[in-house]
Amino acid sequence: MNLPSFARSQRLTIVAAILCFVLVLVVLQLWLLTATMDSFLGGSDAIVVPAALASLGCFALNFGLLHFFLLKRDR
Amino acid sequence: MRIENPDSISKSPDGRPIADQPIWREQFPIDWPTDDFRSRRDFTKLLGLTSLAFVVGQIWIAFLAIRRRAAGPLPALQVASREEIPVGGSKVFDYPRAGATCVLTRIAADRFVAYGQKCTHLSCPVIPKPAENCLQCPCHDGVFDLATGHPLSGPPRRPLPRLQLEVRDEGVFAVGVEEGIL
Repeated sequence: MNLPSFARSQRLTIVAAILCFVLVLVVLQLWLLTATMDSFLGGSDAIVVPAALASLGCFALNFGLLHFFLLKRDR
Repeated sequence: MRIENPDSISKSPDGRPIADQPIWREQFPIDWPTDDFRSRRDFTKLLGLTSLAFVVGQIWIAFLAIRRRAAGPLPALQVASREEIPVGGSKVFDYPRAGATCVLTRIAADRFVAYGQKCTHLSCPVIPKPAENCLQCPCHDGVFDLATGHPLSGPPRRPLPRLQLEVRDEGVFAVGVEEGIL
């Protein structure tokens, strides 16, 4: 990925923004897991598969952001 | 003095050479060139792995749900004869497998209820109190409605797993679970 060359202060701002976004997604995943577990233990299976797909989507987004914008660019 | 390239600064704050610096300064670098995002990268990896762990947890729950659905109906089990339990009396039994303790209570002459005995808060065994029309968990004083199994007060938020019962001539039979898992 050919990203423009940012100044250091600009890079730090971008990195901080991406990390905040990823952190929010991880917290969302935690909420999904607890809600799904609560529902499952309560005997309802209705949200189990949609929640798993949503969590997978969050992970894919996290992986994409972290891999392509932070880890790959940071090398 | 004007600095052309801030990344070229490589001087410790106290001016001494790097060999004379304390070890913590190597581990927590504060001058710009040695601050190479290493700790941030580790934190980033931790976030990624945490995210992956949540996905694995979700898939595990989905697997358990599918396996539970595929297991089919539970077998019928005679819990007690009709005369064995007086009104207000209870009997503890295992259903559908050994170790899954349930409690059967006769709340009226013609009405029985049965629930899983594990409190939905932290799995302490609940105690039926027919005189007060409730089941009580002695660990944290959780109270459930005896007629429905729904929580009335205390820490529990989920109802007790409720068993399906059939009252036949031979006695009271557990034939399944209405809601919750045992």
